Amino acid sequence: MLHIKCPHCGMRSQNEFAYGGDASIKRPELNKEISDLDWDNFVYLRKSLRGKHLELWHHISGCRQWFKVQRDTSTHEIFKTVKANEDI
Amino acid sequence: MQKYSIFNLIKNAFSNHQNWDLAWKDPTPKKEYDVVIIGGGGHGLATAYYLAKEHNITNVAIIEKGWIGGGNVGRNTTIIRSNYMYDDNALFSEFGMDLWRRMSQDLNYNVMFSPRGIINLAHSDAQMNVFTRRGNSMRLNGIDAVLLNREEVKEIIPMADFSENVRFPIFGGLMQPSAGTARHDAVAWGYARQADSMGVDIIQNCEVTGFDISSGKINGVRTSRGDIKVKKIGLCVAGSTNILAEKLNMTIPVETHLLQACVSEPVKPVLDRVVTFGAGHFYISQSDKGEMVMGGDLDGYNSYAQRGNLPTLQHVLTEGIAMMPFLSKLKMLRTWGGIMDMSMDGSPIIDKTHIEGLYLNCGWCYGGFKATPASGWTFAHTIAQDRVHKLNAGYSLNRFNTGHLLDEKGLGTKTWIS
Repeated sequence: MLHIKCPHCGMRSQNEFAYGGDASIKRPELNKEISDLDWDNFVYLRKSLRGKHLELWHHISGCRQWFKVQRDTSTHEIFKTVKANEDI
Repeated sequence: MQKYSIFNLIKNAFSNHQNWDLAWKDPTPKKEYDVVIIGGGGHGLATAYYLAKEHNITNVAIIEKGWIGGGNVGRNTTIIRSNYMYDDNALFSEFGMDLWRRMSQDLNYNVMFSPRGIINLAHSDAQMNVFTRRGNSMRLNGIDAVLLNREEVKEIIPMADFSENVRFPIFGGLMQPSAGTARHDAVAWGYARQADSMGVDIIQNCEVTGFDISSGKINGVRTSRGDIKVKKIGLCVAGSTNILAEKLNMTIPVETHLLQACVSEPVKPVLDRVVTFGAGHFYISQSDKGEMVMGGDLDGYNSYAQRGNLPTLQHVLTEGIAMMPFLSKLKMLRTWGGIMDMSMDGSPIIDKTHIEGLYLNCGWCYGGFKATPASGWTFAHTIAQDRVHKLNAGYSLNRFNTGHLLDEKGLGTKTWIS
């Protein structure tokens, strides 16, 4: 079982959390003209590599805050967790 | 190639089965091939077989980092079905069902195809309506579908929980009688043996380290066992798609996730169908050895680990016990995990790419095993003719730009939430 350190609540077990996917995706700015291709890439392309992966988790059975986790996708080792508005 | 038959079996019995030919050779890679298939799983082996058989292209190599059949084709729950609603999925899968029915004869290898039928259970009136619609769509595409009421389901699987006070009572189910199971290893080995006999080189323990591309065209592939000149490459690596795509400076709309499955200790025959739980994600069948073969949800986060975590397994088996309470008495024999190429709409990709000579086969989510023959057949066609067949026209890579998604389950871009 993964043990994830919520930046608000501390170390908790995996079943308190829900996964939110790649955290490096940025929504294109509002009111800015972008191409269809850029929009499609925002909607459909995600980083999914072996090794270090920056991802969003949701402490759904706890404080209900979203936060960022840096985790290794082949060993499941968690390097760092920060609040959603912070950078790793 | 030595034919497998009762006569050869008897003949070889006299020499204690010591003189059988090797099923496939262990060649060193040549300097040049017409086609290289990367990935020696079920789909890669089937592709090579159909390239040789249907298109007479035999100067083909399959490059496999580990050993053939050591990935998802060797670690699935062996379910074969075509109970899809959308035309593209239904026609593709039903074409595959035809190939499954003839596979043992075609490959001269007993793949133990067992068309025992699959039942998807429904647990509400709404779900019965949805299944009615799906069943009608299937029948319009020539696929057998039978809508069962509660009593009819009870007759077929009396061991399921039909008591009154359960959280998810069984209202009925949708059955595809022609669906079933097959022996997964035999599928890989059967395709490998036939492909090898037609001249395909199966190169194992050979990792792809890079590609040789100039002015948008494939010229070759670099491997841990030397460089190979080739004009056409078929990428068939399931969960490792994005690792190789990175070497090509591509990002594919596929995420790699982990799926677990498990088998119980062997018990006497109790379940002669494949059954899925409709109020969650759980499926079960009984193997010929007597083990209950079970699977369900993904672990839920990107993973290349090929081993799972217990919370998901516990969740999946809780659903199983809710559906068939006798399962709680069984001991677990084995669990395992494989990495799935989850596409962004839940449907696969079999297509050309923007690089000339590079063909892509991925995005099978957790339904890749049943698609093995149809995937190989259509991918071989796409590579040999340099154009997609009408059966895989819907599985295009650019559908994520054109909007022609095949969102069979309606999960949007988060197919890992099941």
